[in-house]
Amino acid sequence: MEAKQGANESIRFEFQNHIDQLNTAPEWWQTFKSQSFESYSNAPLPGRSDENWRFANRKGLSLDTFDFGPKNLPATTDSLVEQSDLTSAQSGRLVFADNQTLAYNQASQELQDKGVIWSSLQDALVHHSDLLKDYFMKQDIDLGSEKFAHLHSAFVANGALLYIPKGVEIEAPFCCYNWVDAQDGAIFPHMLVIAEEFSKVSIAEAHLSAGNEPALSCGVTHLFAGVGAKIDYTLIQNFNEQTLGFQINSNIAGKDSEVKMNSVNIGCHHYRSETHGQIKGSGAHVDMRSLALVDADQEIDQRTLQTHSAPHTTSNLLFKNALMQNAKTIFSGLIKVDECAQLTDAYQTNRNLLLSNTAEANSLPGLEIEANDVKCSHGATTSEIQDEEIFYMLARGIPKEAAQELIVYGFFEEILDCIKDGKLAETARIIIREKFKA
Amino acid sequence: MTTTATQLDIDRDKGNFKVEESHKYDAGIGLSEATVDYICDVKGEPDWIRDFRKRALKVFEGKPMPTHWASKDLENIDFQKIRYYLAGDQRAKRSWDDVPDEVKATFERLGIPENERKFLAGVEAQFDSEAAYSNIKDAVAKDGVIFMGSTDALMEHPEIFKKWFGKVIPTGDNKFSALNSAVFSGGSFIYIPPGVKVSHPLQAYFRINAENFGQFERTLIIADEGSEVTYMEGCTAPKFDTATLHSAVVELVAMPGAKIEYITVQNWSSNVFNLVTKRAIAHENAVVKWIDCNIGSRLTMKYPGVVLKGRKARGEVLSIALANDGQHQDTGAKMIHAADETTSNVISKSISVGKGRSTYRGQVHIPKHLKGCKNNTECDALLINSESRTDTYPAITVRGDKNYVQHEASVSKVSAEQIFYMQQRGLSEAEAMSLSVNGFVNELTREFPMEYSVELKRLIELEMEGSVG
Repeated sequence: MEAKQGANESIRFEFQNHIDQLNTAPEWWQTFKSQSFESYSNAPLPGRSDENWRFANRKGLSLDTFDFGPKNLPATTDSLVEQSDLTSAQSGRLVFADNQTLAYNQASQELQDKGVIWSSLQDALVHHSDLLKDYFMKQDIDLGSEKFAHLHSAFVANGALLYIPKGVEIEAPFCCYNWVDAQDGAIFPHMLVIAEEFSKVSIAEAHLSAGNEPALSCGVTHLFAGVGAKIDYTLIQNFNEQTLGFQINSNIAGKDSEVKMNSVNIGCHHYRSETHGQIKGSGAHVDMRSLALVDADQEIDQRTLQTHSAPHTTSNLLFKNALMQNAKTIFSGLIKVDECAQLTDAYQTNRNLLLSNTAEANSLPGLEIEANDVKCSHGATTSEIQDEEIFYMLARGIPKEAAQELIVYGFFEEILDCIKDGKLAETARIIIREKFKA
Repeated sequence: MTTTATQLDIDRDKGNFKVEESHKYDAGIGLSEATVDYICDVKGEPDWIRDFRKRALKVFEGKPMPTHWASKDLENIDFQKIRYYLAGDQRAKRSWDDVPDEVKATFERLGIPENERKFLAGVEAQFDSEAAYSNIKDAVAKDGVIFMGSTDALMEHPEIFKKWFGKVIPTGDNKFSALNSAVFSGGSFIYIPPGVKVSHPLQAYFRINAENFGQFERTLIIADEGSEVTYMEGCTAPKFDTATLHSAVVELVAMPGAKIEYITVQNWSSNVFNLVTKRAIAHENAVVKWIDCNIGSRLTMKYPGVVLKGRKARGEVLSIALANDGQHQDTGAKMIHAADETTSNVISKSISVGKGRSTYRGQVHIPKHLKGCKNNTECDALLINSESRTDTYPAITVRGDKNYVQHEASVSKVSAEQIFYMQQRGLSEAEAMSLSVNGFVNELTREFPMEYSVELKRLIELEMEGSVG
């Protein structure tokens, strides 16, 4: 108990340092952070009977060993910036390492003239404080990681703000790279996207480790899609396997909007990802897709929620996991259809491919339906690769290991196909292949 | 449609009547150690049972309500306002002639003696806490089949009873299994000797007559090697304004190669909290099939389970739930695979009418080091009215080698085209709806013995009445 108290004290100490350095920041920001830290301190750690944490390993959630203090710029800055190039084109880029800005590629003058805002959080606090005040952390956190969301709010120092005004359509993605470098360091990636009426935008984000040291990442992505807006968001997470990661994603889809969220999860020792699609306007469509390739003792814990609170809405979820060695995955998803959300079409699919007999796949697909005129379904399957499939390839001279690999690539293609940027999809393929080689 | 109309009139409140209470034994209101002592004294139970009950009471008191995942409606149960033991007599009668008139009248009205003559191999009828009647046809008894109330079995066959009692469902399994273990009374005990195949079903009928009452029957069925048995249970109660509690524990043991089919048609009145723990152990090559229909009650929480303990064992749950206004059918299945090449199948169909809510909750567990296990789960939900509600919460864990699990669930309403098609052919909207719903569950009702599937169809028609238009 004493040790725990001590650890809490050290986090509080670091928080005090953090807030002291914010004396030039807007007052609301300082208040918000202080309140968030108190909420973090007061919130209990997930308990044994907490349904949102069912099957999850709650022992690995201790934050005692992490250092929340500020870090020096990594020595390898140039190399990190150079490696932060995963897309074929970009409309703007932000590169962060240990919460500090390494590179900032602005949006083109043309876009700026149209009113597009692409800014680091640090800059946004100075120039767009009112916008942040309205939108920052304004989506509900309701999938179990409330405590960690408060921690994020308390310590978040940097991140990306993207604002697309009414009617502006942009093809090339805005890219954001979050590196963690320091040993036992903690990063708090933040992505806030506000797409106004009938705008169109895509975003690519990558979470990466510079080295092999243990670290903590606690990130939040919030997307706001206005009437008729289209947002396409892809997150590639490839931290080293010493990292503890939390990623809290949420989107609000307005009338006739279209939101797509893709995730590629490769790294982390223990990764908890929460994704909430809030479908609030009629005619809206939300896609949520994810792939995870896990090995060794990795645990990937995915919680999703599709909330339909307006009629004539559709959502589609596809989460695919391939598990090697002693890896463990949890998929827990819920489709919630409110009484007023008639004529909803909602689907949820979880596919788990077991590549070893010691891997463990947990699946908790759920439905809560209060409207009657709906089409909702979920499906979950878990199995190994069928003998016939392997046999087919063996018969064509492909060795067993290679055959297994090929089948896994094919298994993931369904997700990778949906990543629009060709180079980004290819990068994901390379990461997957490398993981097989290792 | 006039024929159906008359059938409907007969059945609507078939179970909704009560006879005057005349209990010789009454443990009073509320639960304490004294209640447990009273039950032990009245029944003349040995000390190991008394200790067992008292330990269970402690466990019950120590366990919180499972409201972190279950319905908050559970909090409306006041355990201190319930009567835990009411009985007229300790020993069940072998002939209907010896059964007290008002009790006999009750069961006659429910058609039990008639069914017994027609198609049953044995019948047990429980009235509040104890069995009033228990009989088995001579031909079946001759083979060594034991079928009696569990109170009697405890006295007459302690060697078999003690060996299996509480082994499939330990006291501490959940709060309500602990409660049952503390105050259990009644229920059936069945033992089928090796190789005996009981061709006709054995039936138990559970009746609650008294107000503010809790029925806690305990059923234990052991099917020895290579034997087969079908057991059916039905339940009704009159409707009271106050809550009635029914919390049973049912344990099945299927020895190698045995087959047990357990059929429940639950039609409790809409003030009954029906919180039942049912589980089976299936040894090598054994098959256990739960067929579970939940039509009545206020809140039912019941997840029949099979622990697949022997190689190639098979477990099945076929479940139909119908939730009408004021009802919550929280049902499901548990399949715990514990040996290689075990298979399980869960098919659940639920219908929510009016403000009814139906929930499927399932668990499939395949631990590591197992090979070649398969599970198939299908849950379909039908929503009739705009206020109807349905939920699905399965939990699936898979490890091991060559295991295959698939789960599918869908939610839909009756298609407008279907209804239109039938209306065009002269059916009213309500008739068309009723026909569609019966079609929806037809695949499952076909699995039932004839008499039950007819009964079930009628019950569904009744519940559907007035739900549209």
